[in-house]
Amino acid sequence: MTAQLAAGDVLGPTTFTVTRADLVAYADASGDHNPIHQDEDVARSVGLPGVIAHGMYTLALVGRAVAEWTGGAEVVDLGAKFTSPVVVPAEGGAEVVVGGTVKSVADGLATLSLEVTCGGQKVLGMPKAVVRA
Amino acid sequence: MPVDSSLVGREFPAPAPLTITSDRVAAFAAAVGHPGADVPPTFPIVLAFDAMQAFLDAERIDLHRIVHGEQRFAYVRPLAVGDELSATLTVTGLRQIGGADIIATASELTDATGAVVCTGKATLVHSSAEADQ
Repeated sequence: MTAQLAAGDVLGPTTFTVTRADLVAYADASGDHNPIHQDEDVARSVGLPGVIAHGMYTLALVGRAVAEWTGGAEVVDLGAKFTSPVVVPAEGGAEVVVGGTVKSVADGLATLSLEVTCGGQKVLGMPKAVVRA
Repeated sequence: MPVDSSLVGREFPAPAPLTITSDRVAAFAAAVGHPGADVPPTFPIVLAFDAMQAFLDAERIDLHRIVHGEQRFAYVRPLAVGDELSATLTVTGLRQIGGADIIATASELTDATGAVVCTGKATLVHSSAEADQ
């Protein structure tokens, strides 16, 4: 599927709430049962501020946002640095906001410039997605 | 104990191929809320994680001491139900920062014909026990 995208198009922002239950479900679906995503004591024992979301869960939310914005355009590149953890409280959840713009469209590919934040702080470094446009 | 620098260049295959089934895709998509029936773009992490776990097991590195620092995927073609994927992780670099090992890896996912369908680059941040307060 191709998306009608033009340079400068604004995408989102889209807000997702991440709960501890979401992390349990993601661990089961992905096979990543690292206890830093489930257990407060283990997370703190390795110097983390608390239970954190899998980086790949946050990146999956980016993939989800891109799919929603583009009507399921084929993704050619997707990636980011996990520069700041998404700390997920035991009660309630963490709000992850994914926003973007179309940076360029060339040779049938649209490069998206993205910003992904939690509590007003960027959580992904150099997030990038390229889709067929 | 810091990770052994002689690791650079070593390859770690995932122990078994992964056949993409509609059930597996549906479970992963449900866990991350991905719309539509396409294979979510971060799905390859399921197999890349198996290869990473093989590496951690071989080096006796505890998963809970690993934080994902970066992940990027490039897709040669869209993944589809029915694909039988194999993965191999290669350690591409190793450095130490503030008592943590920054392990750079590359992974390659191939289909049953041996064709590369997806490549990944990741960094894994390993905090060794001696670095704990």
